[in-house]
Amino acid sequence: MDIFGIPIQAFLGQLLLGLVNGSFYAMLSLGLAVIFGLLGIVNFAHGALYMIGAYVAWIGLDRFGINYWVSLVLAPIVVGVIGAMIERTLLRHLYRIDPIYGLLLTFGLALIAEGIFRFYFGVSGESYPVPEQLAGATNLGFMVLPNYRAWVVFASLVVCLGTWFLIERTRLGAYLRAGTENPTLVQAFGVNVPVLVMLTYAAGAGLAALAGVLASPVIQVTPLMGSNLIIVVFAVVVIGGMGSILGSILTGLGLGVIEGLTKVFYPEASNIVVFVIMAIVLMIRPAGLFGRER
Amino acid sequence: MLKLKKLSLACSLALGAMVAVAPSAQAQVSDNVIKIGFITDMSSLYADIDGAGGVEAIKMAIADMGGAIDGKKIELVTADHQNKPDVGAVKAREWFDTQGLDMLVGGTNSGVNLAMAKVAAEKKKPFLAVGPGSSALTNEQCTPYTVHYAYDTVALAKGTGGAVVKAGGKSWFFLTADYAFGHALEADTSRVVKAAGGTVLGSVRVPLNASDFSSFLLQAQGSKAQILGLANAGGDTVNAIKAANEFGITKTMKLAGLLMFINDVHSLGLKATEGMYLTDSWYWNHDAETRAWARKFFDKMKRMPSSVQAADYSVVQTYLKAVKAAKTDDGDKVLDQMRKTKINDMYAKGGYIRPDGRMVHDMYLMQVKTPAQSKEPWDYYNVVATIKGEDAFTTKAESKCALWK
Repeated sequence: MDIFGIPIQAFLGQLLLGLVNGSFYAMLSLGLAVIFGLLGIVNFAHGALYMIGAYVAWIGLDRFGINYWVSLVLAPIVVGVIGAMIERTLLRHLYRIDPIYGLLLTFGLALIAEGIFRFYFGVSGESYPVPEQLAGATNLGFMVLPNYRAWVVFASLVVCLGTWFLIERTRLGAYLRAGTENPTLVQAFGVNVPVLVMLTYAAGAGLAALAGVLASPVIQVTPLMGSNLIIVVFAVVVIGGMGSILGSILTGLGLGVIEGLTKVFYPEASNIVVFVIMAIVLMIRPAGLFGRER
Repeated sequence: MLKLKKLSLACSLALGAMVAVAPSAQAQVSDNVIKIGFITDMSSLYADIDGAGGVEAIKMAIADMGGAIDGKKIELVTADHQNKPDVGAVKAREWFDTQGLDMLVGGTNSGVNLAMAKVAAEKKKPFLAVGPGSSALTNEQCTPYTVHYAYDTVALAKGTGGAVVKAGGKSWFFLTADYAFGHALEADTSRVVKAAGGTVLGSVRVPLNASDFSSFLLQAQGSKAQILGLANAGGDTVNAIKAANEFGITKTMKLAGLLMFINDVHSLGLKATEGMYLTDSWYWNHDAETRAWARKFFDKMKRMPSSVQAADYSVVQTYLKAVKAAKTDDGDKVLDQMRKTKINDMYAKGGYIRPDGRMVHDMYLMQVKTPAQSKEPWDYYNVVATIKGEDAFTTKAESKCALWK
């Protein structure tokens, strides 16, 4: 049986691979959506934080023998602390002014981080091995799926749903949402809003770092890995609706699949298909698929 | 702050001094200075192959000539072209017009080099292209002032393509970077494969800087070809090889990297690359002479030189020797001298510059060692075959260069 001239087995395989890539999009766009939704900052440093997360894992393994599983926890903490410092020292001065300043500042930070890593590590990058527990591949009948890729899908779904639950369904999440809606009033209730905001940015940064660690066995760890990905992720956020958490998760996964199928039917267009969709969505629903008009 | 002010004051004084000296130019060496320019990718995907290491190699060449020729100082200026042809061309023009540049070394990126070659030809100054791969530099777009020194896509195709077919890899599938360089490499290699009796079962065009190759690799595997030809470079090659290992493609297909540098192998590790064939113009661990130079380079850069960095050294030394012999830095006279003289150094043996600008020298077909065969860091290749320069590059019959008819 064929679908548009492609054997169904190959088709299923490509669908699954699209889902794997979509998991990365989902996790990165989730962090962006959280930061934008709660802080109103367009965080262009997100790609750099993702890259730093991958480097923390690589440096940990190479210099200190810290294994993958520890890095999975350690890297988000390290990058989260960096994020908290960025928020405290730089970003907090920008909340009351035009969002363009936040965008420019974070973009500058991204360039600085890239430059520093390029200086110390060069651009060819480093290879991070697949952890042995996840080495090998499983034959699914229609394709051979490396176990590690299956783990990526699982891990990112858990993280995405966990974040969504935390923000939309818990008391802490309610404070957060209220704090960004009307900080003065929430502060009057005895909630320390600045700390909440700092922790939010730190958490967003940690999510990016986690994605970086998850990606490091799959792609080469290089200083440029973040900037290669960040533009697509921004398109995902725009399509999903700026600030919409569920929207960014679903759009991330969906676009991964669409991109994967494009790679089969018309490979040359696979790097622009996301932007074509973005243009169409912006014309029909300017607030994004899941966004609310303000 | 005070320091900065002092520094800028010193700089402007120095500049002023240079301007003051300029009018008193001597007959032989213009401005009393032999000024060499070097424009390459210093910060992006090709920076490890050339970049700061290339600058260091050129400095070593200048130092080995004593920093001056017959009392005329040798100066080096460098710039980052950011992989943008207009940036490279504008910088070259500025240096030729205002700094009295005598010769330009072209680093990586074919597009930028083709743009700079035009500027140098217009200014009638030697343009020594080391890093770029496109054979157009000495073919359709050859000029009397361009010398293409290290390698080109034709030599890579003939080397790797020919050898792999001979070793039994008859059916090919290409993973091709979707821009001029990738298309040229695929076309050149396809021709070689077919001429040697092999077949090309198909190809997939992959956008530059793709983050994930697994989908394309499954398509390649579906073709049932024996050989997967990687007609790409840098990070794309590295990520494709990584994914090929992960998805077990390497169990059913053999990979042939059509443009790979030692830095790529170093960053991937031998486990991911063992057994791969590649063609290169130079390998640091080839003989005593290459090793001696490479160790000097290593002391400075903490990594072994790529073939491009070794060629940077060689080309500048060749140029300076020609300046010394011709007793002038006049572009035409130095180039005549360079064409007359065989090149014999740690980079090339019996190399010579053809009328189309191609520097003809031996190329090496190499196979990546297994981790067990490698005795020390950076000990990565077995030299499988030496390809004579005459067999490696474009032949007179194939050439479309008007200067070589």
